[in-house]
Amino acid sequence: MTRVPPVAMVQATQQLVSLQHASVRFGAVTALHGIDLTLHRGDRLALVGANGSGKTTLLRLLHGLVLPSEGQCGHHALQPEGRPATGAMLFQRPFLLRLSTRRNVSLGLWLRGLPRAERAAATERALHRVGLAALAARPARELSGGQQQRLALARAWALRPDILFLDEPTASLDPSAKREVEQLIEDFANEGMTVVLATHNLGQAKRLAQRVAYLEGGRLVVERPVSEFFNHSETLPLEAQQFLKGEMVWA
Amino acid sequence: MQSSCGVTQDCALQPSPAGYVVCTGLHIASPIAASPECAQMSTLLDSAQLATQLVWQGDAELWRIVGLSVRVSLMACVLGGVLGLALGAWLAVARFPGWRGVIWVLNTLLALPSVVVGLLVYLLLSRAGPLGAYGLLFTPTAMVFAQSVLVTPLIAALTRRLVQDALAEGGDQLRSLGASPYAAALLMLLHERRAVLTIGLTAFGRAVSEVGAVMIVGGNINGVTRVMTTAIALETSKGDLALALALGAVLLGVVALLNLAVAVLHGAAQAAGQRREAWVA
Amino acid sequence: MGMSASNPLSRLGRRAAIALLASALCASAAAEEPFIVLASTTSTEQSGLFGHLLPAFKQASGVDVRVVAVGTGQALDLARRGDADAVLVHDTAAEETFVAEGFSVARWPVMYNDFVLIGPRGDPTGAKGGDIAAALAKLATKPDTVFVSRGDKSGTHAAELRLWKQAGTDIATAKPAGYRECGCGMGPALNMAASSNAYVLSDRGTWLAFKNRGELAILVEGDKALFNQYGVMVVNPAKHPHVKQALAQRFADWITSPAGQASIAAYQVGGEQAFFPNANRH
Repeated sequence: MTRVPPVAMVQATQQLVSLQHASVRFGAVTALHGIDLTLHRGDRLALVGANGSGKTTLLRLLHGLVLPSEGQCGHHALQPEGRPATGAMLFQRPFLLRLSTRRNVSLGLWLRGLPRAERAAATERALHRVGLAALAARPARELSGGQQQRLALARAWALRPDILFLDEPTASLDPSAKREVEQLIEDFANEGMTVVLATHNLGQAKRLAQRVAYLEGGRLVVERPVSEFFNHSETLPLEAQQFLKGEMVWA
Repeated sequence: MQSSCGVTQDCALQPSPAGYVVCTGLHIASPIAASPECAQMSTLLDSAQLATQLVWQGDAELWRIVGLSVRVSLMACVLGGVLGLALGAWLAVARFPGWRGVIWVLNTLLALPSVVVGLLVYLLLSRAGPLGAYGLLFTPTAMVFAQSVLVTPLIAALTRRLVQDALAEGGDQLRSLGASPYAAALLMLLHERRAVLTIGLTAFGRAVSEVGAVMIVGGNINGVTRVMTTAIALETSKGDLALALALGAVLLGVVALLNLAVAVLHGAAQAAGQRREAWVA
Repeated sequence: MGMSASNPLSRLGRRAAIALLASALCASAAAEEPFIVLASTTSTEQSGLFGHLLPAFKQASGVDVRVVAVGTGQALDLARRGDADAVLVHDTAAEETFVAEGFSVARWPVMYNDFVLIGPRGDPTGAKGGDIAAALAKLATKPDTVFVSRGDKSGTHAAELRLWKQAGTDIATAKPAGYRECGCGMGPALNMAASSNAYVLSDRGTWLAFKNRGELAILVEGDKALFNQYGVMVVNPAKHPHVKQALAQRFADWITSPAGQASIAAYQVGGEQAFFPNANRH
């Protein structure tokens, strides 16, 4: 399938987050060992690996929810805007407050400090963008799984993040909901958003990503452009090849 | 006049049509069962009849006492609620050296006997004490203060557990949205508002049913600081067990009504919400 | 399950309104009538005397009397701390100490009632009669007799200890086998005696108003030693400047005046006069 190149090709090589030999430890457990990874503006990066391989922790590290126990995690300012890059994160099961759909979206804007009129306008735009305008007054927790994930996307998109982190966003959705969510992610990426997606759905990685990183046991085993990863798997380290063989049965 | 066990009771004033005699105390007295075989059974029966009669006749003094009980405990829960919710939310997110120690102290304070609270507040408010100049002892204000001290640890401990558990589930997401830890804690209070209401009802139950604190700092002064629980204690110590039990039944009845009101309000709000959605969808 | 947007706010608003209303009611309840705090004893309160006496005083003077009823020891401690304006108790020795300590300028006798020895109707120890010392001596020696003592430093407790001494028993050193100290007021002590068919020393006023008598009855009365004198004192403003001396003095004056004394004499429980005025002031 043809891929529309990102809008701001000029900034494609700009670094946003760079990890140098970063490790993350939680007590006695080491979730990530010595990760070297650089996230560039406009990247569409897929993190793949088995459960427990450290994908979620790496996402949280890149987003800034955890700090490295060892090594460096550098966050660079956006050029030419000259401000730090903002991020938003989606989880597999979106956490929604016991409020209406609309309120859940405007909450993030309220936390940002937007005045009421702008908040209302931005909320409506976001709800329309994901197709939930009709359900704006419905309690958020009464929405279906796919609708809730779209709500989470609206909530994130309303904040105009520079980087969108997604932790297995479609893992618990049915196929049609999955397609809707993937389409929205694709659209956001096309608008210039940097996307980091953790998934164990290799087909999704193929569809959405430009680069793929494979994690195993908390280590970054290999990182390649997507075509190379899937079409020339013999060049990959052994663990990655075995993983692909195992997962491709299901993809 | 005859009681249910055929024993005569002397009393200074006239018998009323209902068969009970108006004597001292709360305007209604119970018949005496002098023989032991009658004692236990008729006490319970008498108190049931008394409770109905007290409510039916709308005894002014009774309702004044009930009103004071509810007002004092409600105010104490509002005060204790503001403090306790803030403290609990803060403890759920703050991490500092000695944090575990503070939690341990807080949980221990859950078992603070009400009479000890009464004693401590009495020493504070006594003329010989640090806050004596305000002359607050033996007033309803002192009772509100004492009950606030009693319920604040309860509310704080329960709130901390509530918020901490809620943040374990959604804290990361709120942080990702840009909420500071304290803002996230407060948002969780909004999110778990029904649990917060239950915490409030628990605190109210603790406050309205306690007798140790209000007895010491209020003095059980007739017409000024007498509340349901101190009235029950007084009637018990006067040996009027049937009346004491009847007052206890009335107190429970009032709390039951309050809980009913809360449930009805909640149900009405929910129904209104559902009607609104049906119209929109 | 969630709520639509306006409800949390409206619910919050409702609770705030209730709280405001409550505080308003609380504030209005603290009416600004002149009042004094009188520390007195549970036995006086439980006899119902104040319900009869204080409205008469209020009518005569317009002053509210707020009675805090605790044991005599506690009442005097309350006054020492300055938490009461006047004291009405029945322990002459303790009252005189109170004056000697400077917490009051003077003590005036007000009224007396008497103590009675209460016990099981069947009276297994044969204590019945008119001699309290003899009765207590019998109780001390008979096995299986239970005696309930208030043990709370009250006027009644002090009197009880004195009577035991007169009967030849020093409670502090040689308690009889069946002696039970409850550390409680007169009512709870009577409750305890009623449920275990025990002997107990009570003031007549509380006994007359007591309802849970069980098998108990008066066994010893009329002995001069059972005489129970009440005194009133105004707290000394030299020790506690905030004390409402003028109003408290009005109370002391009224209760020892012919009008107050007549009111005391008029109070009856169960058809009997409960207290006997003896102020002898005017």
